[in-house]
Amino acid sequence: MTREAALFDALDATTSTTAKVDALAAYFRDANDADKLWVIALLSGRRPKRPVTSTQLRQWAAEVSGIPDWLFEASYHVVGDFAETVTHIATLEARMEKSLTEWVRYVEELKALSESEKAARVKTVWAGLEGMELFVFNKIITGGFRIGVSQKIMVKGLSKATGVGEDVLAHRLMGNWTPHNSSFQELVFGANEGDDHSRPYPFYLAYGIEGPEGTAAGAGLNDLIPLGDPREWQAEHKWDGIRGQLIVRGGQHYVWSRGEELVTDKYPEFEALRKALPDGTVLDGEILAWKDGSALPFAELQKRIGRKTVGKKILADVPVVFMAYDIMEHEGVDIRQRPMSERRALLEQIVGAATRHAITLSPTLPFSTWEKIVALRDDARTNSIEGLMLKRLSSTYEVGRRRGDWWKWKVDPLSIDAVLTFSMQGHGRRADLYTDHTFGLWHSGQLVTFAKAYSGLTDAEMKQVDAFVKKNTVERFGPVRQVKAELVFEIAFEGISASTRHKSGVAVRFPRIVRWRKDKKAADANTLDDLKGMIR
Amino acid sequence: MRSTPLLSFTPRGIHCSIADVYIDPWRGVDRAIITHAHSDHARGGSGHYLATSVTKALMHARIGAELNIEAIEYGEPVNINGVRFSLHPAGHIPGSAQVRVEHQGEVWVATGDYKRQLDGISPAFEPVRCHTLITECTFGLPIYRWKEPELIFNEINEWWRGNAANGVCSVISAYSLGKAQRVMTGVDRSIGPILVHGAVANMNTVLQQCGLELPAWEHITKDTPKERFRNALVITPGSALDTTWTNRMKPFSTAMASGWMQLRGWRRRSNIDKGFVLSDHADWDGLLRTVQESGAERVIATHGYTDLFSQYLRSVGLDAAAETTEFGTDDGVDQRTDMVYSTSSVDPASTPLSMGRPETPTA
Repeated sequence: MTREAALFDALDATTSTTAKVDALAAYFRDANDADKLWVIALLSGRRPKRPVTSTQLRQWAAEVSGIPDWLFEASYHVVGDFAETVTHIATLEARMEKSLTEWVRYVEELKALSESEKAARVKTVWAGLEGMELFVFNKIITGGFRIGVSQKIMVKGLSKATGVGEDVLAHRLMGNWTPHNSSFQELVFGANEGDDHSRPYPFYLAYGIEGPEGTAAGAGLNDLIPLGDPREWQAEHKWDGIRGQLIVRGGQHYVWSRGEELVTDKYPEFEALRKALPDGTVLDGEILAWKDGSALPFAELQKRIGRKTVGKKILADVPVVFMAYDIMEHEGVDIRQRPMSERRALLEQIVGAATRHAITLSPTLPFSTWEKIVALRDDARTNSIEGLMLKRLSSTYEVGRRRGDWWKWKVDPLSIDAVLTFSMQGHGRRADLYTDHTFGLWHSGQLVTFAKAYSGLTDAEMKQVDAFVKKNTVERFGPVRQVKAELVFEIAFEGISASTRHKSGVAVRFPRIVRWRKDKKAADANTLDDLKGMIR
Repeated sequence: MRSTPLLSFTPRGIHCSIADVYIDPWRGVDRAIITHAHSDHARGGSGHYLATSVTKALMHARIGAELNIEAIEYGEPVNINGVRFSLHPAGHIPGSAQVRVEHQGEVWVATGDYKRQLDGISPAFEPVRCHTLITECTFGLPIYRWKEPELIFNEINEWWRGNAANGVCSVISAYSLGKAQRVMTGVDRSIGPILVHGAVANMNTVLQQCGLELPAWEHITKDTPKERFRNALVITPGSALDTTWTNRMKPFSTAMASGWMQLRGWRRRSNIDKGFVLSDHADWDGLLRTVQESGAERVIATHGYTDLFSQYLRSVGLDAAAETTEFGTDDGVDQRTDMVYSTSSVDPASTPLSMGRPETPTA
């Protein structure tokens, strides 16, 4: 695995995207096909099933390092990454050499072994690898392979090395393949492209309309005018469900989530669409919890998301619908390059013929001026709608997040001023910094926890808050520190609903820090009643 | 056991009440002993200082010519009110020392900052037997274990050589006193010229006057020709990295030499290209070895992961405690100034790095 270790070292050793792409391209030009295939797999989220539990790994790590469990645990919280912690603690005894493909097989074979045999084999590797090679092994075995290289950068490198276009590669790398059922040649050069009926198209993702500060904040009419003539645009609601891709091919149907997860079995409602939609159809849309002609809150849909198998009761309580808004394939032909207006016409025709089933058409909203769009957005906040989508009628269906032809414009988030109460060290590039914060609101003279938020501060602010936490710790609960009630932050969130699972009685969605309210004292923060007043 | 400990921790610093002497005080006092010239240990405002001759020269250059500093040799005893003080090599930077304190047969040692690896510019750390050891533990966790320095220098040379071959300037961030000279001395000088920032040049000059031999170096000025940078190694304090000072060196690659570079998280958020794990502090094994070789019955951990390190020592049967000090790793010259809570590091349980980016010079 020395070639891959060198690659990951090189990727780690630069902050420049160009340099990362070049390092990947150099690797893809000269490494062997089997190993390359695994690099593609790992960097696109396809990894072997986790053969051991984290409890086992922690126990073995403490055993081989000869340090007490608590010290391993404390070290882990400083490093912020289990795989890396073990890498630092292990000591090389006798070097082991295997290719990446052989290492993956080694990990896969662990699954069937007894616990003691697993322990022996894992410990052997910890004593037989060091540095990046050990880190990569630990990453594979702990089941996460996030090492700061996005799939997009990997695809760029692969494209540069092979001459196959990025969009084509992005499409070929989607779907059900694994290094066990495909080869590098088949995957990258599309030798067996027609074989996989389930293969989805990469999703087209929109950027948000930006206000004067280059963020979503304060965006208004002036930020729409640059889009040009309103007659060249189509407006729809931005639905608050799960983005999905529905495929009907070869008499089968497949449902993909945006996270490239095949979720067909979770939504049996769509089975009837195999027959109701013409063969060779691929639709883009939103999976929504839907009852009696209107959407249920996202919290209801969440009950479906987590389940592997769905029983009769949940099917009756929380039925779903596919809210279709685009079509990428018609009669087995990729039509992504046809303009939005043509695709929309086809979509209306196809979905219109199938609406007695669990599918419906995302309506277009009539408007002729940008002022009307502003007004539509102001009215958009409901259970199932989180804003507007604007799509240019001439737009093709692109790959990934692109500027220009598709825009989302969410309703303004709700926000409230809360007090920092607890903090924990972060992970990845936030290792050894207190960045994972818990916030409270006042209730009967006490601060009641209502949200956790990790993002939204600048790097400089993050370091200042870290220093505050270290200097103002009131009590420690393992890795968690309770801090003096002093700092106030404005916390924004997308949705709010009553909850029996939360101590506060309220659940908020996507909480994040908007700004540090240095002008406010802890006593000036909002109350829990203020928050409850936002539920409607 | 005596009623007052020989050394105690006070708001002004580590104090020997019998002799009324402070070790590395962080407020002005009458009499101070200074372990080394980094600015979190050597501060102005005291009436009389005792230090090694190298530390004396550095303090005059960094703090002021007017300071009243008495220089003593390593091992040379000084008696103050019946207490015998002596300095012993700490291996941290040139001139750095541990302080041995003896009174009526009882011996304490305050290590100051130290490392067990040889760095080519500082005298080797000398283990000193004592009853009570006050040790730093900046890197007091088992995740910090250093490789041999020559392996690290191979990495640095490889990076520099690769850059030089492509006409890319190599800019390495290192603390101006200690780390900078260690890097200069350790790299392969055949690759290209060594160019330094003014802060490094000042320290180089003082150390050379003290007799330290350094390879050829050039002070970067506005007259330095641009082509000079193409195969050069530029050594600079971290504070200059984000300024326009580096504009003329483009294209360049950035690196940092510090113990904190051991952690990927630190490397990634520091926004540099390459991190080299080169520390002037003892690693986990070095700290444990020092505790063991001191023969101390009692250990007081300061400066770093004090709680965890002392808890570990207790778990293996030693009498150990954590104490709070104001030794940080921040430095008025080398740290960026945009950090609000950067004046000192008083968190006893975590890293002393509350001030921000991991240029953490003394590490």
